[in-house]
Amino acid sequence: MTLATQHDSGQSSLPAAGSAAPPRPPGAGPASAPATRIAIHNLTVHYGTFCAVRNVTLDIPANQVTAIIGPSGCGKSTVVRSLNRMTDLVPGARVSGEAILDGENILRPEVDVVNVRRRIGMVFQRPNPFPKSIYDNVAYGPRLHGVRDRDLDEVVERTLRGAALWDEVKDKLHQSALALSGGQQQRLCIARAMAVEPEVILMDEPASAIDPIGTLRIEELIADLRATYTIVIVTHNMQQASRVSDVTAFFTMDEDRAGYMVEFGPTIEIFTNPRNQLTEDYVSGRFG
Amino acid sequence: MRMARFWRHGDRPFGWITLLAALLLLGLVGGIAVALWQNSALSRDAFGLEFLVTSRWDPAIDRVFGALPFIQGTLVTSALALVLAIPVGVGAAIFLAELAPGWLSRPLGLLIELLAAVPSVVYGLWGLFVLIPAVAKPLGVALNGSLGFLPIFEGPVFGPSRLAAGLLLSVMVLPTIAAISRDVLFAIPNSQREGALALGATHWEVVHQVLIPYGASGLLGAIILGLGRALGETIAVTMVIGNNLDLSASLLHPGYTMASIIANEFTEATFDLYLEALIEIGLILFAMTLLINLFAQLLIWRVRRRTVGQVRV
Ligand SMILES: Nc1ncnc2c1ncn2[C@@H]1O[C@H](COP(=O)(O)OP(=O)(O)OP(=O)(O)O)[C@@H](O)[C@H]1O
Ligand SMILES: [Mg+2]
Repeated sequence: MTLATQHDSGQSSLPAAGSAAPPRPPGAGPASAPATRIAIHNLTVHYGTFCAVRNVTLDIPANQVTAIIGPSGCGKSTVVRSLNRMTDLVPGARVSGEAILDGENILRPEVDVVNVRRRIGMVFQRPNPFPKSIYDNVAYGPRLHGVRDRDLDEVVERTLRGAALWDEVKDKLHQSALALSGGQQQRLCIARAMAVEPEVILMDEPASAIDPIGTLRIEELIADLRATYTIVIVTHNMQQASRVSDVTAFFTMDEDRAGYMVEFGPTIEIFTNPRNQLTEDYVSGRFG
Repeated sequence: MRMARFWRHGDRPFGWITLLAALLLLGLVGGIAVALWQNSALSRDAFGLEFLVTSRWDPAIDRVFGALPFIQGTLVTSALALVLAIPVGVGAAIFLAELAPGWLSRPLGLLIELLAAVPSVVYGLWGLFVLIPAVAKPLGVALNGSLGFLPIFEGPVFGPSRLAAGLLLSVMVLPTIAAISRDVLFAIPNSQREGALALGATHWEVVHQVLIPYGASGLLGAIILGLGRALGETIAVTMVIGNNLDLSASLLHPGYTMASIIANEFTEATFDLYLEALIEIGLILFAMTLLINLFAQLLIWRVRRRTVGQVRV
């Protein structure tokens, strides 16, 4: 099975370079083999001379939750951030390889990054609402992309309902978002990302700064969002990965500290029947 | 309850010391105000509130005094300075903090801090030898020629003028505004930038939709510091403004400021009323800066309240 045949974009083929993608490792991916939303091929990221991530090849399945797990410093954030070109902001960062979204390699320097980021949203480790009202936080993205003011009310309400936050905030839409609890702020940030209707939402440890109840609500939300979005979630929490994700990628580091992907497959298999000893050690807590 | 906590055990001496410092400061401000008030009694009694709105300054024959030309000069030159320095200063700060690569931003930032530390007299000399000739010939003549129908650009054109003073002041407050604005921008957490960029904002959108609102209170503070410097600047302004009691609106005419009249005539004040009229000008300048700062604090406080969330119960 090649990447091209699984592609859900309706476009018949990938660019020549992309079609040279190798067959996926045996056993990787869920049995039902859903369409691929982002086909990552040989992704390598350098910070200056330091190689942070080497040769990652991974198909992010559409409308599923992909978890990325691994020890600290193995490049999980780096991989995720390169997918919406946040790595562009780091002076000296170099990204090579491919990440094919709808037939287009979004890592190419010529690509319109604004468009990439609109299609691939991101939620960060710490909630980072703008010091504006709840309403304006959600409306920020749609406004950027030209949604007219008179349509905004509807967009904001629909988005907040989608993010299961509406009932909690509907009476204080015009109060500052900073008055919300940390968990609510993070769900607001998820809503803010959803409001621009991305295809993919990247979440880098979205619950690590949130209390257990807030975490639970975020996990419930992720489960709901799966129908509409493709989600990639980085997490340090094994239980969380096993609860929320359909497929899991396990990363670790080489001797030279470059991160690489050890194993990728259905979450169930990664956690109960990993093929690689490193994976087994990590998921069973015997790592380091 | 907060007071009770404040005074508890080890914090006590610390509390006393800081309280003392605060009281000392308050005492100083109060003391200055009282001294200015008392020492201007003659003038206040003689001219009352008229002092603020009359423009005769005649120590030689009639011995009447009015402060209007100086008040006008101070306000006009400071306003001009801010109008010019705010966009350039904040713009430079945005460049330094957001756009310039580190190897450029650091030396440039250092340079700006150095500029802020240059003594006023040096700026004054520069104004005298560089700015005034430039204002007289190309700039003043051009403004008068093209926009001369506006009262503020009315002829005849002079070198030493309110325009020269305003320009010089803008150059002087520019480093202050730029350096502090840059620090304000630096202090904004990166997560704010990333949050907006991740939604597909361009760099420019991040700056004016996210960073400027986020840093608004700090940027206002930077501007107020600049304004403070402009209002009180004495020697440099005195060197380029022409020191003339002209009360026209024209920026191209020479003028006078509160600080420069005090500096120029204090040593020549040969009788008490004259001296006390000058002290009253000092009192007005003092009150003006105090009021402006108070107003600015209010503004900053309102901005902060709006951005940093409703207070919870
Ligand atoms: N901006 C940067 N400049 C230089 N090196 C960086 C930068 N960001 C990350 N690195 C390095 O790249 C490697 C991977 O970092 P990354 O943040 O992707 O790891 P991670 O798997 O997300 O770790 P964690 O679980 O602690 O978040 C680390 O060795 C890190 O020190
Ligand atoms: Mg990370």
